[in-house]
Amino acid sequence: MAVHPLYRIARRLISPLVTLVLALILADIAWHFFSWAVLHAVWRLPENAAQAPDTDPCRAAIGHGACWAVVREKFRFILFGFYPYDAQWRPALAVLCFVALFGLSIAPRFWRPSLILLWIAVLAAVGVLMWGGVFGLSFVAADQWGGLPITLILATFGLAAAFPLAILVALARRAEGLPVIRMLAIAYVELIRGVPLISLLFMASVMLPLFLPTGWDIDKLLRAQLAFVLFAGAYLAEVVRAGLSALPLGQYEAAAALGLSYWQKTRLIVLPQALRHVIPMLVNTFIGFFKDTSLVLIIGIFDLMTTGRTATLEPAWQGFGNEVYLLLAAIYFAFCFTMAQISRTLERRLAAPHRDIEEPA
Amino acid sequence: MSNPSASAPQTPAIVLEDVHKWYGRVHVLRGLSLSVAAGERIVICGPSGSGKSTMIRCINRLEHHEKGRILVEGTEISDEPRALALIRREVGMVFQSFNLFPHLSVLDNCTLAPIRVRGLARADAEARAMEYLTRVRIPEQARKYPPQLSGGQQQRVAIARALCMQPKIMLFDEPTSALDPEMVREVLDVMIELAESGMTMLCVTHEMGFARRVADRILFMDQGEIVESGAPAEIFDRPRSERLRNFLNQILHQT
Ligand SMILES: Nc1ncnc2c1ncn2[C@@H]1O[C@H](COP(=O)(O)OP(=O)(O)O)[C@@H](O)[C@H]1O
Ligand SMILES: [Mg+2]
Repeated sequence: MAVHPLYRIARRLISPLVTLVLALILADIAWHFFSWAVLHAVWRLPENAAQAPDTDPCRAAIGHGACWAVVREKFRFILFGFYPYDAQWRPALAVLCFVALFGLSIAPRFWRPSLILLWIAVLAAVGVLMWGGVFGLSFVAADQWGGLPITLILATFGLAAAFPLAILVALARRAEGLPVIRMLAIAYVELIRGVPLISLLFMASVMLPLFLPTGWDIDKLLRAQLAFVLFAGAYLAEVVRAGLSALPLGQYEAAAALGLSYWQKTRLIVLPQALRHVIPMLVNTFIGFFKDTSLVLIIGIFDLMTTGRTATLEPAWQGFGNEVYLLLAAIYFAFCFTMAQISRTLERRLAAPHRDIEEPA
Repeated sequence: MSNPSASAPQTPAIVLEDVHKWYGRVHVLRGLSLSVAAGERIVICGPSGSGKSTMIRCINRLEHHEKGRILVEGTEISDEPRALALIRREVGMVFQSFNLFPHLSVLDNCTLAPIRVRGLARADAEARAMEYLTRVRIPEQARKYPPQLSGGQQQRVAIARALCMQPKIMLFDEPTSALDPEMVREVLDVMIELAESGMTMLCVTHEMGFARRVADRILFMDQGEIVESGAPAEIFDRPRSERLRNFLNQILHQT
């Protein structure tokens, strides 16, 4: 086919031109950001004995320089909310516990049944640290908790409970021989999926107490936690179900023909393969769910997002939301990006071996 | 063919009494009756869709029959857990598409059920697995994963996996049909050896050389019925029914 020579020249030119223009635009944006975030930024405020901080230097820089002083001043509140100031080492330690737990859990050499015990132990330790009341720790009620620990607690306890729930629901949905259980599983998934998370949270915080016998009061955080477990459970169940349906029927038959019982078959043959298929989708759901924890602000729980917002409501600090939100974005990004990386590592590590990566004999 | 255990009258390995099965309204098994003696080797052939797989799969309860009785080692099979456990223990099955567990190594494929179902210690199960992998001539592949093996190798692993449960009866459903022609031989050789060791075998296959060599009896099925049965010489050289003659013509012209 003949191609017009002009067309060929144009094509040769267009690609570098586009690249150049894009590079210039990006460089300009980067420069502006650098100038705002570093060159003209206000890092600290003058020492000041008065009650309210003197934010005049920051006000003077508005428009061309960032005010990192707000982060410096407020980061303890953003991270830990109204938790008693002197006891804030406890939520800090709880956060470290979470991070260490996640770190251990992704190393295949720790994948053994005792890992579940470790999870239970660490989650219990987090409870002790946050509540106190034992071991000489002062008691701190859950309504004083806030910030990053809330976000991590909601997400971690939520997923730790929702994931097994999701597996059971997904299995129940495929239980041909148990029509009632199957219908219940379908009803659960469809009901939860048909309702926005916000309304679930409202129901958990407003309506649930109406149904409970008088004198019973479940903590607000626990109610939100329940709503999250139900919500995440339904979505994860659908992901797990996709993995189950992708498994060839022959795998079930071979397992049955060898005499494995239903639960042996499920645990040893079906789930290991089915979950492996859907790791990216699972992690995708985890990430979405992690960020959705920020919706608890509407029922007055001080998660990371809410403490950040609250920090900039104080008159002296009004107008410095950008800096705070950048910090929040960085924290959320750090967790979500890590999850995505873990997902990729898992996928690579768990990929079924293929002929083309045959090891030398 | 000699039958080592024919000396004393004993319960047949498998008995089918007027077995019927429907898929919805399709009547796929239409009154099968059959008795298989211990150590007997039976080859089942017939056109596609005639119900061969369905019959084999009813014998180890991968499918349910709706009418009639099936007895394995004298026990009538049903969903009753003890009967089900007995069949699954005594009957091994080899599938057309191998159905190895791709996430487990060859060795783990072979030791899984002996450990979990038979309650063997891991070391014993592994020793047994290596013994059978040696018998199917691939002990050196034990640490590999099924997707890394050729089709013929996978099918031999599948045979070893079934044998590791030390079943009394082996069912084969077209074990060589999914294989490239050059790999058929290696699988058939393993099956011939197994047949010569005295295993009770029911084998759906169109490998007529194999059938002539090992079968005590050949069943010809068509449209859910056993149309003819007899020694290989009778079936191949003196077919009585028109349907069998047509079928033999077809497979002879195919290959
Ligand atoms: N799961 C099923 N659902 C409905 N019909 C089936 C199913 N499996 C097999 N059949 C039908 O039953 C008949 C016998 O099938 P099958 O036993 O697989 O035959 P063969 O193994 O002799 O080729 C065929 O008509 C087939 O279409
Ligand atoms: Mg078939």
